[in-house]
Amino acid sequence: MIWAKEETMSRAEIEEIQLKRLKETVNRVYEKVGPYREKMDQAGVAPSDIKTLKDLSKLPFVTKQDMRDNYPFGLFAVPKEELVRIHASSGTTGKPTVVGYTEKDLEMWTECVSRIAAMGGATEKDVAQICFGYGMFTGALGLHFGLENMGAAIVPSSTGNSEKQIMYMKDFGTTLLVATPSYALRLGEVAKEMGLDPKKDLNVKIGLVGSELLTEAMRGEMHKLWGEDMLVTSNYGMSELMGPGVSGECDKLCGMHINEDYFIPEIINPKTGEVLPPGEKGELVITCIYKEALPLIRYRTKDITRLIYEPCKCGRTTVRMENLSGRTDDMLKIRGVNVFPSQIEEVLLGIEEIGPHYEIIVTRKNHSDILEIRVELVKPVDVYRELEALEKKIKHKLRIVLGLDAKIRLESPNTLKRFEGKAQRVKDLRKEV
Amino acid sequence: MFIKQLSVFIENQEGRLEQVLEVLKQEQINIISLSLADTSEYGLLRLITSDPVAGQAALKKQGFSAMLTDVLAVRLAHQVGRLQEILSFVCKAGLNVEYMYALSNKEGDASIICKISNGDEAAVLLKSKEVELYSQEDILRIFC
Ligand SMILES: [Zn+2]
Repeated sequence: MIWAKEETMSRAEIEEIQLKRLKETVNRVYEKVGPYREKMDQAGVAPSDIKTLKDLSKLPFVTKQDMRDNYPFGLFAVPKEELVRIHASSGTTGKPTVVGYTEKDLEMWTECVSRIAAMGGATEKDVAQICFGYGMFTGALGLHFGLENMGAAIVPSSTGNSEKQIMYMKDFGTTLLVATPSYALRLGEVAKEMGLDPKKDLNVKIGLVGSELLTEAMRGEMHKLWGEDMLVTSNYGMSELMGPGVSGECDKLCGMHINEDYFIPEIINPKTGEVLPPGEKGELVITCIYKEALPLIRYRTKDITRLIYEPCKCGRTTVRMENLSGRTDDMLKIRGVNVFPSQIEEVLLGIEEIGPHYEIIVTRKNHSDILEIRVELVKPVDVYRELEALEKKIKHKLRIVLGLDAKIRLESPNTLKRFEGKAQRVKDLRKEV
Repeated sequence: MFIKQLSVFIENQEGRLEQVLEVLKQEQINIISLSLADTSEYGLLRLITSDPVAGQAALKKQGFSAMLTDVLAVRLAHQVGRLQEILSFVCKAGLNVEYMYALSNKEGDASIICKISNGDEAAVLLKSKEVELYSQEDILRIFC
């Protein structure tokens, strides 16, 4: 089902709305947000210079560092009194980044999430269990209100206590699961440990996964556990921009439709900042054109993707962003080779003797990087030859994809850490030395 | 003809072997014989026990990678050259011994557990040479 008429507008109509809203937003931030005015003055660009959508590239970028520098409310475009909600992202180092919403912002957020939920197959008949951590994190409440707005019944179970989660699923007849891909896998495992087959004993038919990138291999693992007929879609967003709901996959599974009447995407070369032509891969930059409290302009997401402008088979005309290949932050440089953890995941998940959990450890010894990967052996063996052959096979497949040799460490099932929120599977120990 | 061996994968880490033995103890499973082979990173623990099926289930539940393997339990008379003789049958038939370890019993005979490349063929061959093979029931009766 297509939720809003804005999702099927012609390119000309979309661009007309975008230009109008962009101009309004730029005018407003120039007038109301000191740090923006300074940045624009420094770049020698005035609001009146924005005449077409192409002129967007004249504006300076905003980064997470700008948000930290202006902690907590320095980039807000409304007085604090107008805020009705405040969220923050957990900063692992230093101050968190703070985001705020006016009443109108919350309405827009809810609308955006209802759209992406509809893309992912949700309807008012669904029982939606939200297994995202509630609290300062935007994920849980974003999905919560968007799905509730649609008329679905919400089970706000949050994270943790996985056995109880499974009990709710069974007893309440949960049909829709909201979780990170890694927690969805963990929940499936717990159901099995409890003697239930998620495919038969539970009725979860829709998975709306986010806050972590979804590789095709991971989608395959979800199907293996939860059933081939489950519709697993990924959705995208980040607190700085609003929360979840910036974009989501439809049932054609060919990229995430961006809510373009609210957000303008660009792809840039992360090194030079130059805007890349449509279809090229680079860093996603998003401009919020309808937000009141925190309308970030040209926010550098650090996520790597490409944009697809061809209309989708689902009938929507909004631009799609390919499922993420990684983040510029996550990229590992190992012996001079650029490696995204998602590339390693794709290889590992394609090997049936090992489970879907893994850990990547990078260390340095004698001025050389060492890539080590821990995986769980799920198919038992009886002779060494088979262990050696398995190690060899994993190494070989990794070498083809990465061009690097890795050390493989096989471990017993259930020894690697399981995650309830965002999985942290990479340990880069080189910096600590 | 065959008996069930319990094979467990263990990381070379302090305490892992002990954890396996603890699980079996909890289940009241008796260990009749075992062999532990290891490299610098992994160990493969092979066990002949009083209840291999229950042992596998309990270990799996505790997160171990454990499987059941069909192996031959061969009775050897205490006699010089007997083992060599039996192995010569196997070799002449073009079969390979993948691994082998000892099994001693109350009656004073020596016995071995062995895994041979083509188990079925090996069993038929040894029987034709009148080599005595223990069954699962024999194991329980004689060794427990
Ligand atoms: Zn579509």
